[in-house]
Parts: sequence; C-alpha cells; structure tokens
Amino acid sequence: MTTLPVQTNVVEQFLRMDRIPHIWCPGCGIGTSVNSFARALIDAKIDVKNLAIVSGIGCTGRVAGYVNLDSFHTTHGRALPFATGLKLANPKLNVVVYSGDGDLFAIGGNHLIHAARRNVDLKVICVNNLIYAMTGGQTAPTTPREVVTSTNPHGTYDSSFNLPYLVEAAGAVYVARWTTFHVRQMARTMQEMFRKRGFCFLEVISPCPTLYQRRNKMGDGLDTMIFYKEHSKVRNGAPTSEVSLSKAGEIIVGKFVDRERADYRDLMHERFYETLGDRYVEREACECEI
Amino acid sequence: MHADPAGVLTGSHFLDGDHACCEGALAAGARFSAGYPITPSTEVVERFAQRIPTVGGTFIQMEDELAASIAIQGAVWGGAKAFTVTSGPGFSLMMEHIGLAAMTETPCVFVNVQRGGPSTGLPTLPAQADMMQVRWGSHGDYEIIALCPNSPQECFDLTVKAFNLAEQYRCPVFVMLDEVVGHMTEKVVIPPPKQIEVTPRRYTTVPPDQFKAYEPKEDLVPDMPHTGQGYNVHVTGLTHDERGYPNMKPVAQDKLVRRLMDKIVRNADDICLFEESDVTDSDCVVVSYGITSRIAQRAIEMAREKGVKVGKFRLITAWPFPEKKMKEVAARTDSIVVAEINLGQMVREVERAVAGKVPVRFVGHAGGSVHNPEDILKAIMEVA
Amino acid sequence: MAKGSVQIVVERCKACGFCVEFCPTRVLALSSAFNAKGYHPPYMVHPEKCSGCDLCGMYCPDFAIFGFKYPAEETENKDAPQVAAPAPRASEVQDAR
Repeated sequence: MTTLPVQTNVVEQFLRMDRIPHIWCPGCGIGTSVNSFARALIDAKIDVKNLAIVSGIGCTGRVAGYVNLDSFHTTHGRALPFATGLKLANPKLNVVVYSGDGDLFAIGGNHLIHAARRNVDLKVICVNNLIYAMTGGQTAPTTPREVVTSTNPHGTYDSSFNLPYLVEAAGAVYVARWTTFHVRQMARTMQEMFRKRGFCFLEVISPCPTLYQRRNKMGDGLDTMIFYKEHSKVRNGAPTSEVSLSKAGEIIVGKFVDRERADYRDLMHERFYETLGDRYVEREACECEI
Repeated sequence: MHADPAGVLTGSHFLDGDHACCEGALAAGARFSAGYPITPSTEVVERFAQRIPTVGGTFIQMEDELAASIAIQGAVWGGAKAFTVTSGPGFSLMMEHIGLAAMTETPCVFVNVQRGGPSTGLPTLPAQADMMQVRWGSHGDYEIIALCPNSPQECFDLTVKAFNLAEQYRCPVFVMLDEVVGHMTEKVVIPPPKQIEVTPRRYTTVPPDQFKAYEPKEDLVPDMPHTGQGYNVHVTGLTHDERGYPNMKPVAQDKLVRRLMDKIVRNADDICLFEESDVTDSDCVVVSYGITSRIAQRAIEMAREKGVKVGKFRLITAWPFPEKKMKEVAARTDSIVVAEINLGQMVREVERAVAGKVPVRFVGHAGGSVHNPEDILKAIMEVA
Repeated sequence: MAKGSVQIVVERCKACGFCVEFCPTRVLALSSAFNAKGYHPPYMVHPEKCSGCDLCGMYCPDFAIFGFKYPAEETENKDAPQVAAPAPRASEVQDAR
C-alpha cells in the first residue's frame, strides 16, 4: 500500500487560516461563495498580488477579514466609493467589492448607482440573503413581501428591489445572478468578471438560516439549497425586468447582461487628450513619491 | 524630501485662500482628490480639477461627501496623497469617515472652509464654529490635528504642513479655513520645489512575511504597507490587534485607542504651532486664530495706543490644543481675551488650560461677519 | 474502486449537510460522533464510490472538507492508498479544548 503525501485544500492559500473557523452560521451560503471565489482566482490564474478586496459592514462584509489578500473592511455602505478611490489611484489593482444586499443597496444604494453609472472598473459580488443578517434579521430593500423580519414582525408589505434590473439601468456592463447552489457557475462567472473591464455585478442568492429561513419556517440552510436547486431556472440573457424575486417563487439565474462600454478611466483619458493634447500628463497611478 | 516640481507653481501670485490651499496640496504631492461642491469651499477642488490633468493625477467629483471622504482613503491605500474639501453641512456628513481614518491610521487631509451654521446657515459668510466639531465630531476616542491659516499665504503653507503631519502621524489632518480667508485675495509666494519640505509616506522596508500592519515604531506610529505588493494587509475599522485583525477584547481596545491618542498627544510639542508676541508682563493677552487674528491685531494696536500692555497669542495649531503653552502664557499676563467667530468654542479650551489663574473674557458672535475691532478693544479695556 | 477520496477537518465542520446532499455518488453521511462544538461531522459511508470530484469541497461553506483524485496508477490497485495526516492548526487545536 502506498502512502500519498498530505493533501491540501486548494482554497486555503487564499484564506487567513489563522482566523478560521469563521463566524458564519451553519448553512450560511457566504462561505460557499468565498469557496467559489477562491476557485475562480485559481482558474483565472490571477496575479493575486494585484487583487484587492473591499467589503462593507454586515455578514458578507466580513469576507474581507477572511481572505488572504490586500483587504479593506470599510464603513457601512461605502465600500464602493473606497474602491473607486483605490482603483483610480492604482489602476493596476484588480479591485473586487464583496458585500451584502443591505450594505450595497440600502445605505450604499446611492454609491452603487453612481459607480455603475461611471462604469468604474470594479467587480462587485453581492451576496443577497434578503435580510440584514449581522444585526439580527431586519428588513432589507431586497426582502420579498410577506416575509417576517424583526422590523416587520407582522410580515413585510412594501416592494423590494430587483437588483439585476437596478444595476443594469444604472449602467453596469456585466450583470449575472446565481444562487449558492450553483457553485461551478458562480466560479465561472467570477472568472469572467475578473477579465472584463468595467462595472461588473454578480448577485449571489444565499440562505440566512438563522434569521430569514428560521423566522419564516422555511427550514435550514440545506433545505434552502434544495429549494434553490428545484426552483431556479437558468435563463441567460433574460431581460432583467423579469427576474424579480418573491418569497417562494421561481429564481431566475444566469448571465443577464454582458455589454461593452468605455470605463471611467478610458473616458477620462479620451477627454483630456482631446482637450489638452500633449499637455495631458497621463500617469499609470497617482502614487506619491517615496 | 523636496516637493515634486510637477505640482509646484513657483512664483509670486495673487490668489485667494481657496486657490492657495489647492496649490499647497499640489505642492505637497497630492495627486488625488475627491470632492462634492459646497460653498465656500468649492473653488479648492475646482482649481484642482483644472490643474491636475497637466500635473498628473485624478480628481473625481463624488455623489456626496460621504463618498468623497472615503474615496480619498481608498486612494491613500492605493498609494496616493489625497484630500477632500468641504464646509459645515458636508463636514457633518464626513464624520463617520474621519473616525475611520483615525482608526485605520490613514494619512489624509480634510479642508473645511467654515461658514455660518448650524445646518444650512449662512452659505456665503464666515464663522469659526466647527472648531469643537473637528475635534469631537466622530464617535469614540481619537485625536486629530487641526491647523488654522489666517491668510492666503498661510493657506498654502499650512496645507503643505497638513500633508506632512498626516504622513508623519498617520492620522487625518484638518485645515480649518473660514469663508473670509478662503475668499480673500492676497499675494502668495510659492517657493521653488527645493525649498518646500515634503514628508514622504512612511512605507515599511520589512518584507511581507515579517510585517505586522499595526506594529508601532518608537514614535507610536506604525509604518505603512504597500498595497499590491504581496503584503496581504487587512485594514478594518473594527478594533484590531497589531496584525490588523479584529480583536473584540477590552484589553485590545485599550491598547489600540490609547496609542491612537498618545501618538498625537505625546508629540504635541512638535505639532503645536502658534504665534506669540509681547506676552511677558502684559496686562492682557488676546487669543485668536484664523481671520479673527487679523482683526485682533488691529484691536491690540488700538489698546496699546491707549497705554494698555497687550500681548498676542495666535493659535496656528488649534488641535491638539497647546495646553502647556497656554498655561505658560497665563502665567505671564494678568488677563486673557479670546476672540472667535462663534458663541464659545476654543475659549473653553483656553479656560480649561488657564484653570482660573487669570480672568478669561470671551468676545464672540454667531457668525456672518468678522469682528469689529472695537468689540475686541472693549473687552480688553474691561478686563485688563 | 475509488478514484479518489476526501479529507475532512472534523473540528471545522458545522454539519450543514451540503456535502452529504450534493455528493453525486452519495459517499457521505453525517456521523453520530461529535466534534468539540457539538456538531456531527460527515464521514465516508461509501468510500469506494468516491471519484475525488471535489464537489463536496466546492460546496462546503466552512472549508472543512475537500476531495482529491488518486494518481491514475493507484486506481488499479485493490487497496486504497493511505494519505498522510495533516498537522492540526494551532487555532483549531485551541478550539477543540
């Protein structure tokens, strides 16, 4: 009988192993999305030295603290403007914004639409668990109707955002959605985003077993993953106006938008060359001298 | 280190304070700015937007001050020297990110061209009523540095100084103008690059595998890592340990927050700039800063004509407040008059430092104009 | 004959059940044993069916399991090869107490 050498999990190289186990609950999908992210980094053969990850506040916001990259855990809702400054000052960085639905679309909503409008070259991974999880399960702008949360204890009654629709309208050049059941597709989409220039957005639908599912008697994380498997339908290229979510309805997944548009820096350079000609000093980065 | 010539507009200029402030930033090496328009500060970034494409860098007008105040911090971590500019209402919006800069030890500069408040107040008229806010505005315990120019020339000089202090102490530094200093036009001399001292970013020379992001050096300030060079830095607003990793224990909180404060407080002697004259054996010393110091100067002259021995103490660094110096000034005079365009802000620090040793008389008003020298003179005559 | 196997970091598992459910050949089941946090970690109930596809590893939110393929020549042998055990991590040894 032969002995094989110690096998290592390929994703561990991208994790701060001295901080594992992480704080996410049993059955939470954030860890699965990070797993896909790590595999995407490997498959894309990204030079991870140049990859920086920016998170906001919330359960998904904690991703920055667990990945072994240049990582920035910023304030609630403001990952995108931080990332904008980071990318514009140092364009050779591949900047990923990894945050949650509340962080990016409620308090951060204004920054989201402007970053998409500007088409800053950022890759946004939004883990949408349809709730404010970290603070104990309050209603989010993505919470569907008739869902019990801690701030809607009698069930929600107002409308929720359709994230892909909103982001496409704001100007994103790449919009996709998967659930945490779609591990391979998530990783493939993330790879595509790394290579695409411009504002790219991936919505990852995830269970929040402790708050969302439990309060609504929808089972645990595994039950939700099976629900995703049985209720998602892949419709690549579907019009984003048709992909709203509801409490227990169909989940349309796939790559919805993949278009070309000059990104913020390209537009800036173009304009300055036009108006200033060779007086324009185009710098690779805004770095201060050492 | 000397200034990068690309940003230095050497020569003798006729500029207003806002414009001079922009030139100071460029001379100091700022190559990124994010801003949002607000009177009376907008001209600072308008000039930056005009100038930066031929200097080499980026200006971006963000969607609000919340975005501007954090975009500059992203740019700093991307390797740039960065600043933003605002006035009262925008300053209030920036408070959370001022705390973030203090907590993450991000060197950056905030310019506040103060106007009448509170709320929308007097958008086009001066006040000096954000002086306590600049120190205490964000939640939690932290220290900042605030400088108060009283002329367009000082707007240039102190903005350069602000960037240097920010790099040295890795904290947010504030240049507190007021609408009059910002909009008054005077001669501004910008020296050649070799005569402008610029503090380089204190990047670490320790290799990534041995580097601890928040391990302080002897001056209590840690060196900065480079993003994009394999340091795998973790920067968080959560209370953290020397690796930068979140640590929720009271022991870690005490260690970190005390150091964030001590690194400024212990170096206060180097940071505190002031101007004093004729203090010893005076009947009265007039304490002021910013535009008010120029009216105070007139009032002092008027008092001296009446035979009163009046000294002058001008705060150039308002925070950290020069407590030691203030006590020492109080020991050499019989009374103090504090003049500022508010209803009592820095006077509280003066009173605190003086601790009742001599009477302190306050001359202030709610804002919208500068003082009348007669009002300051009246106070001097009553208390001296 | 197994084409691969899995490695399980028992102390990291939170017994979410994803690996058990989504293994294409139903190799795994949650054991009756407990780890230090009180969870039932998985174990290989049908090791001979494992293809080393690593789908369990892709699903695991806690990085507590991964699959690996045996080198081609090993799959000809009757007995599955042994795999050297990894050294425990300090952070996890602490948690186990």
